[in-house]
Amino acid sequence: MSIFQDANRKQIANRRRVDWLLHILFVIATSVGVLALCALIIDVLVDGVARLQPQLFTEFPSRKADGSGMKSALVGTVYMLLIMLPLSFVLGVGAAIYLEEYAGKNRLTRLIQLNISTLAGVPSIVYGILGLTIFVRLMSLDRSLIAGAFTMTLLVLPIIIVSAQEAIRAVPKSRRDASFALGATKWQTVSRSVIPSSLAGILTGVILAMSRAIGETAPLVMIGALTYVAFLPNSLMDSFTVMPIQIYNWISKPQLEFKELAASGILVLLALLLIMNFSAIMLRNKYQKNV
Amino acid sequence: MQGEAMQENNQPQTNVSSKAGAYVFKNERVSIMNKVMPVLLFLCASISVLTTIGIVVTLISETFAFFQKVPVFDFLFGTKWSPLITPKSFGVLPLLNGTLMITLIACLVAIPFGLASAIYLSEYAPKIVRKIVKPILEVLAGVPTIVYGYFALSLITPLIRDIFPNAGVFNALSAGIVVGIMIIPMVCSLSEDAMSAVPRSLRDGAYALGATRFEVALKIVVPAAFSGIVASAVLAFSRAIGETMIVTVAAGATPSLTANPLDSIQTMTAYIVQVSLGDTPHGSLEYGSIFAVGMTLFVITFLLNILAQYIARRFREEY
Repeated sequence: MSIFQDANRKQIANRRRVDWLLHILFVIATSVGVLALCALIIDVLVDGVARLQPQLFTEFPSRKADGSGMKSALVGTVYMLLIMLPLSFVLGVGAAIYLEEYAGKNRLTRLIQLNISTLAGVPSIVYGILGLTIFVRLMSLDRSLIAGAFTMTLLVLPIIIVSAQEAIRAVPKSRRDASFALGATKWQTVSRSVIPSSLAGILTGVILAMSRAIGETAPLVMIGALTYVAFLPNSLMDSFTVMPIQIYNWISKPQLEFKELAASGILVLLALLLIMNFSAIMLRNKYQKNV
Repeated sequence: MQGEAMQENNQPQTNVSSKAGAYVFKNERVSIMNKVMPVLLFLCASISVLTTIGIVVTLISETFAFFQKVPVFDFLFGTKWSPLITPKSFGVLPLLNGTLMITLIACLVAIPFGLASAIYLSEYAPKIVRKIVKPILEVLAGVPTIVYGYFALSLITPLIRDIFPNAGVFNALSAGIVVGIMIIPMVCSLSEDAMSAVPRSLRDGAYALGATRFEVALKIVVPAAFSGIVASAVLAFSRAIGETMIVTVAAGATPSLTANPLDSIQTMTAYIVQVSLGDTPHGSLEYGSIFAVGMTLFVITFLLNILAQYIARRFREEY
């Protein structure tokens, strides 16, 4: 009897040891992601902090690293966002309202829904090819600000639609019923009850989509956003550059000074993203309290 | 829910007929809105379908034009890709080789670490750890790819060159590892979603039989969430194939059929960027080649995404 008990005890101890070992392994594996983020931030900080000076914001890029800044890129990014924001908001939220409030449960709706989730998985460079053909060549917008903004709008639409759909779905049915009971029509209910109460959630999605757009490089390289721009765009048809492209340009130069410049550009980009993500989180918290 | 909404649409309005002119006017405006808005909103939704049609039509027509000049067979099975130097040669295999190498390395990094993080977060971690780690992973997922490119070039590559002195300044290993780090959060959050959908009672049953946490994770939770886990791995694969800036910055621009991860290579995406950076005239052979390569890229990622959706739906265990 005692032999069996011994074996049993040994087996249990063994199993506990395996459990404990893997627990540690899992902790280590999880910390890889966290450590990678820390390493990335420290790496960029060490390289870039020295050149994080006012001239980064006030000067145009130049041949010499010392006098170089990213003024044109910063302004280009802001302009592009200003064009994209209303466009992608109206189209994305409109599509979400249609799918959640109006669309019947039929083949067409399922097709649109499937299509949106497929589009979200298309590599961003393919959107660049689309933008190059449709906007740059076919609509002959050339390598302009507006062509870039249109391309990026198409890129972020699936993100906005999906998150807006979730926000609208989270509005309780009782709100709609209350509105209908007061004699409101469908559109009155949607525009004055459903949208206001899901607005925070919708905005969160829009901000996250915009922060995705700020960081995208490949599609804009495709449609030909220039890498060297020493002027500010004056109209929608002017050529332009954005921050990630300026950073890419600096990274691909062999001199060390430009690498440092790239790192300080990255710091500005990351700071901007951090602000946007933070405001999205604040909005989300507010939104979770309300519903 | 949507069906009910449609029915409710017909109920109110119109019954209240004219009392005062202004009221009628307002009522008419309201009913116009009710007729016009659904159409406008439908147009918004149809933009997404138009986008897909645009992508497909663009890629197919330009690729077709390209295949008029370069035989399909030479493109698909050619082993030499030299579009800029005469004699020009458009065999996509070297680019495909580069892409697959990056993708494999990335998956070797992302799937084990992502899955282990998911198991840890869903089965082991106390609430407070989850609350700290999950936002960090979200931030990691939101870092622009160009920043990862810089990270690869300035930190990972020197590290690799310290260990393997014969590694090039641009090499597949560095880019692959960093692409892997980039997709860890995706694998982790998708797998964790699948695992947290496994009902509590299954775990409790196993614990009641005396299983350890690891045994519960390995023998109960992972099998139950397996379809979701596989789907997340397939999506990771597809994401790595489409990744552009990291490979453009860190993996080099040398299309080759090498199997050595320390060599400089070129991926399909990096080739597209390389061509569009140069001033390639519209209608030239190189210009056409980006569409052929883009088409290859689109078809592969599209099939993988469909496969992931199919796996997630078809093999889901229902409880």
